[in-house]
Amino acid sequence: MNMYEIIFYFFAFITVASASVVVFSRNIIYAAFSLLFTFFGVAGIYVLLNADFLAITQLLIYVGGILVLLLFGVMLTTNTVNIDIKSGSMNVLAAASVVAALAGLLGGVFWTSDWFVSKQMGELPAQTTSKEIGTALITTHVLPFEIASVILLVAIVGAAMMARREGIKSQIPSSK
Amino acid sequence: MEISPVIEALIKIIVVIFFILLPCVAYLGVQLERKLSAWIQNRVGPNRVGPYGLLQPLADIPKLFFKEDIVPAAANKFVHSLGPLISLTIAFSTFAVMPFGDTLPIVVNGVVHNISLQIANVNIGVLYVLALSSLAVYGITLSGWSSNNKYSLLGGIRSSAQMISYELSLGLSIIGIVMLSNTLQLNDIVKAQSGYYLFGFLPNWNIFVQPIGFITFFVAMFAETNRLPFDLPEAEPELVAGYHTEYTGMKFGMFMLSEFLAMFAAAGMITTLYLGGWQAPYIEYLNLSPFVVSLVQVGAFFTKFALIVVFFMIVRWSMPRFRYDQLMNIGWKVMIPLSLLNIALTGLFILKPIHTWFN
Amino acid sequence: MQSYIPIFLMIGVSAFLGIVFLVLQRFLGPHRPNPEKLSTYESGMPPVKSARERFSVKYYMVAVLFILFDIEVIFLYPWAVNFRALGLFGYVEMILFILILLVGYLYILKKGALQWD
Repeated sequence: MNMYEIIFYFFAFITVASASVVVFSRNIIYAAFSLLFTFFGVAGIYVLLNADFLAITQLLIYVGGILVLLLFGVMLTTNTVNIDIKSGSMNVLAAASVVAALAGLLGGVFWTSDWFVSKQMGELPAQTTSKEIGTALITTHVLPFEIASVILLVAIVGAAMMARREGIKSQIPSSK
Repeated sequence: MEISPVIEALIKIIVVIFFILLPCVAYLGVQLERKLSAWIQNRVGPNRVGPYGLLQPLADIPKLFFKEDIVPAAANKFVHSLGPLISLTIAFSTFAVMPFGDTLPIVVNGVVHNISLQIANVNIGVLYVLALSSLAVYGITLSGWSSNNKYSLLGGIRSSAQMISYELSLGLSIIGIVMLSNTLQLNDIVKAQSGYYLFGFLPNWNIFVQPIGFITFFVAMFAETNRLPFDLPEAEPELVAGYHTEYTGMKFGMFMLSEFLAMFAAAGMITTLYLGGWQAPYIEYLNLSPFVVSLVQVGAFFTKFALIVVFFMIVRWSMPRFRYDQLMNIGWKVMIPLSLLNIALTGLFILKPIHTWFN
Repeated sequence: MQSYIPIFLMIGVSAFLGIVFLVLQRFLGPHRPNPEKLSTYESGMPPVKSARERFSVKYYMVAVLFILFDIEVIFLYPWAVNFRALGLFGYVEMILFILILLVGYLYILKKGALQWD
């Protein structure tokens, strides 16, 4: 077992273990916190795959942004913190068949894929992916790139709508 | 003599943590801060333990281990310990990409080994530091939430909102430097700052090339490290001690340690990105041997670093704290437009350098 | 990937050091709890209700806007690394990108989403 494999199994373990805490935890805030380790483990695996820019993006956007948003969302709602979330088992038969079908599909993909296995994975030349991503974004994929900015604009406008509703609410008591 | 890269990295890590960072925390952090605050407030400061009080930190820091670890009954025991652990781990990890110097040529049996004075020279060093500062939010939020104390929770939430707000201008300010040097490797950014600027005597450091970016980066770093005037998360008059109200003993010590380390990381990043890192200007005129040059460069790094740390401390002891709305207004309405303007101007100057404007 | 091994080591060593601190504290420090000592600190008053109450939606707004602008920042990095190679065309592209988002920024300013009072 070389260094590369040890690191891989370490990150894989962190990812899977914390992801199962997310799924099985009865406390919603524990679930949100353990997502931190899931994202971190995934970022580590990206680094092992030489996708350094993607790993950093994973940390900056998912850990630094989306998870903070999730935590704020959980903390914002009263009494979700101390009560157990327990959903009863309903439609067991339908759920089981969907799960079986999905598992079959994933298993099929898993067995039929031509996996790229290289013994030299750890020794791939150190080269940054950010330069290639940048060139691709500005030259070949320039239209999707600009469209992304328009989508972000739409999201910002949506966020502002949320704030405006809050603004009106807080104005009512002060106008009396 | 061939050492495996893992052993080499481990040796460097141990040297950096135990022989650079921990002594720095004890003397450049605890002791200097106490002495400096005493000097600013016309007091004497610690002067009893050892000559000039120099042994004070050696008595203060181990003391923390012998204090009782009080975990409030209402707190979550596990998360309560996880908070300081995450804070400390992230604070130390930032130094993995810090270039303390260029390469140190060591001659063993007539063969020159160039030892890189940086633990890891990764392709995305700048982004790594940014990502770690976004992870640092969690140490504070987790401990604030787990204490189940109103002050802690408020401190933790305030701090996460503050840190994410200033992270934007932090990220945007560095873009100007990346545009200039076209690399994300910290050591290459330092190398790009060699040479001279304008009239041939001003060093080509980014502080002179990127003044707007320097100011926004500097202010954002103050906010990221929760130092005064941005220490809202632990504002004593309103929140007692903020997120670490319920921490005692070494757990509190770990927060203190990671706060000092965050300040050092900030000072190191300012030095690396804007003050030429380990570049010592005019050294090429002295005809020194490569080994001495390398040592002088390390000295140059630590001199700049120490000056920035002292500046951080002087600011802390002479400025009042911002109000929360002022803090958010500065972050969102001043810093972000300024750093966007910096990007636009930098691009303009690179595409059409200033000396081509008048002909 | 090779150059990242020291980083993993650094994270490992510092986490280990933190755990050592926690364990040392447990063995070296005294352990004499009593109900008063273990109660939540609230400036000397008996604690009222749980601390985990609701707080202002403003914080949530900040987090939402942070994600949106953080994605913009991340998009800027690959461009900045190639800035000299991409030249004027890349510059104009990116100014357009920033301007579109600036419209959104001005809109939220106008709507008072960032108004703290």
